[in-house]
Amino acid sequence: MKKMTVLDRIVLLVTGLLAAYQVVVGVDNLETLAMISYTIAFGVLLVACLLLIILGWEILDSSLVVIVSTIIPLSLSLGLVSEYLPDFTTAYLVFVCVGFLAVVLTRYSAPGKVAVIVLAVVHGVAGMIIFLLPIVLSIRGETNPGFALVGVGGALIGIGGLLLSFLKTGKPIISREKIIALLPWLLLLMTACFVAGFSLS
Amino acid sequence: MAVKINLKSKYWPLIKSLQTGLLLITGLAGYMSAKCPVLGWPTILGLTGSLFLAISGSTVLNMWYDRDIDAKMQRTSKRPLPSGRVSPREALLFGFLLSILGIGWALAIDLLYGIIVFAGLFFDVVVYTMWLKRRTAWSIVWGGIAGGMPVLAGRVLGIGYVDWVGVMLTLAVLFWIPTHILTFSMRYSDDYKRAGVPTFPSTYGFQTTRVVISISSVLAALAMGIAAYEVGLSWGFLRLIVVLSGGLLILAVVSMVRPSERTNFGLFKYASLYMLLAMVMLVAEAL
Repeated sequence: MKKMTVLDRIVLLVTGLLAAYQVVVGVDNLETLAMISYTIAFGVLLVACLLLIILGWEILDSSLVVIVSTIIPLSLSLGLVSEYLPDFTTAYLVFVCVGFLAVVLTRYSAPGKVAVIVLAVVHGVAGMIIFLLPIVLSIRGETNPGFALVGVGGALIGIGGLLLSFLKTGKPIISREKIIALLPWLLLLMTACFVAGFSLS
Repeated sequence: MAVKINLKSKYWPLIKSLQTGLLLITGLAGYMSAKCPVLGWPTILGLTGSLFLAISGSTVLNMWYDRDIDAKMQRTSKRPLPSGRVSPREALLFGFLLSILGIGWALAIDLLYGIIVFAGLFFDVVVYTMWLKRRTAWSIVWGGIAGGMPVLAGRVLGIGYVDWVGVMLTLAVLFWIPTHILTFSMRYSDDYKRAGVPTFPSTYGFQTTRVVISISSVLAALAMGIAAYEVGLSWGFLRLIVVLSGGLLILAVVSMVRPSERTNFGLFKYASLYMLLAMVMLVAEAL
């Protein structure tokens, strides 16, 4: 396993600080569910960065990584739906709960293919919401154009999820070393896009 | 110049700068938690100076007293006293000088503040190090109480009396200290055995020690959370404390369910970082 460099640690620390900043400032005038969802998303990101810094890349071998990396897009997308598509909040909350449970259960009990399909569906739906909703809203002029950056962050989180999935399936399209070298920068860029997008919304 | 470097390399390691620095931050955070005027520079300077001297003094006196067991332990054998870079007499005089200056300065600032700073030094040097450390594994409780005194002293200097928040902040540090001491006593258990120091791992076993570390970390987070709420920390910072506490809780559970050297040491590092960040938040809120 590649040893974590000082630069990796610095990049992860900056990412964690950005996530911590977003947790502290929150997003103004939000109802409780959206606030809780955003706090969970950025909170998990912050804790994940701290754990990576403390425990090193070896924790990526844990089976919990897939579950943790599911929480971030699910909670972030739930926050967006709750804030911008309130009529769909209950339905999407059900999807989030069922989807998350399905990911957890299939990870430990179902055969490999079923687990991958469930993961792809849950990640796919959440990822599309994070990617498309902010871009559509900003194109329609319902939010500040800068809010589209959240969509860019959504695209990056999708790439990050794919890279991690490749790592876990053991059949990466690029080498494990390259994935690990890319990951901190991808996390930083993704978090920066989210924080900038929310502050410009 | 050469003399200056020599003095620094001789005496600086005697004060365990990282540990002293962290305890100093807890003292400053305790003071700031009272939302005192941050620009009251004479008080800030007095608090920082007196605490630094008193904490450093007690650390040097501990090193002086423990020089025989430090020499038997691989981890500590290169410290200035066992390695012979500083003589016991020099260390004793240096420790007394720092302690007297620190306590004297603290008493001159405020009587109650000075008494608490003195209590910290007394619990650490006399009760923990000299009396209990070589007799019982439970000595860490007194080490914890001593470690909690700087934050209580800072709080008392800010408000003038001992209050509920001060007690909670003290408990947070008290519960954090065992995670520090027990983690090291597991990692270097052979060293401690060689030196004849009773520890939790040697008395109750590794698994019990892991459980104690995990419970202690969670209690530290709980006490810190309650104190932060009572201080009136803004919702943003409270959210951050809840998030960080969640991470600590998960790591504590993993440490118990799937124990490993890496996870246990990770929990210790995370708990230390948690304590530092929580204290920084208390300071930041007052700014």
